Amino acid sequence: MSESASVPRLDRREFLKVGASVGGLVLSVGIPSLLRPGSAAAAQQPSSFAPNAFIRIDRAGAVTLVMPMVEMGQGVYTALSMLVAEELEVELEQVRLEHAPPNDALYANAILHVQTTGLSSSVRAFWTPLRQAGAVARTLIVSAAAKKWGVDPGTCRARRGVVYDAAATRHLHYGELVDAAAALPIPAPDSVALKQPKDFTLIGTPVKRLDSADKVNGKAQFGIDAKIPGMKFAAIAISPAFGGSVRSVNEAAARAVSGVRQVVRIEGAVAVVADHTWAAKKGLKAAAVEWDDGPNAAVGSGDILRQLQEQSMRPGAVARNQGNAQKALAGAAQRFDAVYQLPFLAHAAMEPMNCTVRLQKDRCDLWVGTQAPTLTQAVVAELTGLPKDAIKVHNHLLGGGFGRRLEADGTLLAVRIAQHVSGPVKVIWSREEDIQHDMYRPAYYDRLSAGLDASGKPVAWIHRVAGSSVLARYAPPLFKNGLDVDAVEAAAEPPYDFPNIYVDYVRVEPPGIPTAFWRGVGPVKNVFIVESLIDDLAAAAKQDPVVYRRSLLSHNPRALGVLNLATEEAGWGQPLPPRRGRGVSLQAAFGSYMSQVAEVEVAPDGAIRVHRIVCAVDCGIVVNPDTIAAQVEGGTLFGLTAALYGAITLKSGRVEQSNFQDYRPMRMNEVPVVETHIVKSTEAPGGFGESPCACVTPAITNAIFAVTGKRIRTLPIDASQLQS
Amino acid sequence: MAFTLKVNGTAHSVDVDADTPLLWVLRDVLGMTGTKFGCGIALCGVCTVHVDGTPRRSCITPIESVGDGAVTTIEAIGTTSQGSALQRAWLDLDVVQCGYCQSGQIMSAAALLMATPKPSDADIDAAMSGNVCRCGTYQRIRAAIHRAAGS
Repeated sequence: MSESASVPRLDRREFLKVGASVGGLVLSVGIPSLLRPGSAAAAQQPSSFAPNAFIRIDRAGAVTLVMPMVEMGQGVYTALSMLVAEELEVELEQVRLEHAPPNDALYANAILHVQTTGLSSSVRAFWTPLRQAGAVARTLIVSAAAKKWGVDPGTCRARRGVVYDAAATRHLHYGELVDAAAALPIPAPDSVALKQPKDFTLIGTPVKRLDSADKVNGKAQFGIDAKIPGMKFAAIAISPAFGGSVRSVNEAAARAVSGVRQVVRIEGAVAVVADHTWAAKKGLKAAAVEWDDGPNAAVGSGDILRQLQEQSMRPGAVARNQGNAQKALAGAAQRFDAVYQLPFLAHAAMEPMNCTVRLQKDRCDLWVGTQAPTLTQAVVAELTGLPKDAIKVHNHLLGGGFGRRLEADGTLLAVRIAQHVSGPVKVIWSREEDIQHDMYRPAYYDRLSAGLDASGKPVAWIHRVAGSSVLARYAPPLFKNGLDVDAVEAAAEPPYDFPNIYVDYVRVEPPGIPTAFWRGVGPVKNVFIVESLIDDLAAAAKQDPVVYRRSLLSHNPRALGVLNLATEEAGWGQPLPPRRGRGVSLQAAFGSYMSQVAEVEVAPDGAIRVHRIVCAVDCGIVVNPDTIAAQVEGGTLFGLTAALYGAITLKSGRVEQSNFQDYRPMRMNEVPVVETHIVKSTEAPGGFGESPCACVTPAITNAIFAVTGKRIRTLPIDASQLQS
Repeated sequence: MAFTLKVNGTAHSVDVDADTPLLWVLRDVLGMTGTKFGCGIALCGVCTVHVDGTPRRSCITPIESVGDGAVTTIEAIGTTSQGSALQRAWLDLDVVQCGYCQSGQIMSAAALLMATPKPSDADIDAAMSGNVCRCGTYQRIRAAIHRAAGS
């Protein structure tokens, strides 16, 4: 390889910009279209107005918003910017965005208590703090203008980055006021008045995403796109069986491949470091790594299922106990028992796992897209022995997260490799490694019993959840008395009036396969289960599924509202062509309400075609209705993909799936029409990124039941069972 | 081996093995990261580029097979009328979510419009089903292609 071609070309604009003004390393988000002319120069001016960790305004009037949560497609950069801009009184066209550096003290999510993006919590957590941040900054700027003019600040007003006096005869741009504003005492965030919702001009409007422009022309920078001068590229092989180790490596053969620089052997993995990824991949193949499979060599999916079946027989930690469900069940006119079985799932984000590391004696730089920057910083500090502030996490846009990037395993692996490499190294996982060494949505095995009285009303509801506890590993303090509150979310608090309900949880840790959060977490399984059983109960009571649900929602007007809206818009009860049916689902989770009606066709060979999914949403005050619609469309397909195809299985300690041919994503030719209908609400915002993903599966399986009379209790849906 | 590669109208000299996929030459050697890596075996389409106007999965396109072919990537597709219409439509309809697959989606869509200026839904299914989006933006991609075709 020629010297000139081996070094990646570097575009100056794409270089990470380091600013010292907020007391930490701040990176340009790589959204050049948001850069205002002159702002690059302005950013270097030491004097800018930064009344809090989220906002910086320079003398040129350039407004920089520091994003505490990460953008992984859910639209949070746009939504959070809208919260600030609403109160700061600036146009979104005026702002540029930066990823926040890792700092829990400044950027922790108030719901999760760490600077982590997940659990559909970003808008809920930052709804008040970011509006307050904007209001504090605007108050100071207005006060600075009023002081200059010698008038009462109350007579001035701010609009689009300009302060006007009472008669609007005098005005000053924000940039002209930053020095004066910076000299004023900063009011407490809760001392500034926030706008009433009726006065919102931005919140509630379908603002265009701020990250689109660079995502349609190739400029957007994901972690995998990091370009560090002098970096090498590494391909990795991890022991195919979880917990196995390297037996042999043909290092000489690997090094004989042109462009290969080094073979790195670490515990449980081999990396080949080269001038570019292809040379690294070829070198890895030539290395012909052999493995000792270790303690999990014999584990198969059947073993894990048997373990779940057995362990789910024993009583678990009580999540909910109201009335006397056992007694009510014993006295019920009709009894219904069912078992639900859910598979392991991979995340399979389109951007495979990757991390670029530059490890030096006294610092470690990480270029990565992570949902958990402070966690990443902490575990890398522990691994390297360096102090936390020596671990520089340069966060990026995420090419999909779905919970996978809450984990730091990929970063730790990259750092362990970098410990053997001189200079920066970019570690990219192959798709096969990404799928076979994911951390998986747990498999679950839930047992339910329900009793109906003579009129068909449910008088007893008993639900035992059994499966791995991600929470116990990820956030041990939240795992109390054996109860995983995430695993039972939407099971312990179904939306219906159940006089006697008992829900418990049995922790069952499978051997040889790591588990993790996955989009929709607890509700993605529990809503399927609850809504399937309710549908069965409606059938047992010989009632229409919608009428039956309505009769159980007398105390839950928001749930009833979305159910009514979805079924009206879907034309529930209207005739359909032969072999088609409708299914309904309802959920209350993440602080939001949702109902879906799916229209599904089942062919004689069992093949399923989903034609249309009508969705009704009540997520409180909506920040951006178009983002909600996008999340409905995308989240619905994410859940639908898993329902139709998603399963990770184990054989001989190895994951059997490897790429998109056997871990199937949904494709363009299979996609139903997804419609979104939003309930107008003045309630506080709810979380939403995960809701549609959880709500869709029972809508589909209930529609299949409507067509075929066959109840799906094991996922993914096995079309061969639906032949007729 | 030394190759001369024409990318977006500029000739580049690169020295790599003949079997090196175009994807890694673009990304790692030339530093053009708009073209993405997703699966490595032409199952997801995020690496789609054009060679002489034809869509190719660059992850399985050896550099030796490109020869004198003119490579167009996402960084330059906006200079074509189809590419710029698609980019505009993508923005108008706010298609993107995480955005990682969208380079490939737009490249496949541009090739579709170059061959079929007014595609039907079936044409779109045929041309776009090789492009995976885990965020599930397909509905908007379809609408944006129709919109670009009408403009």
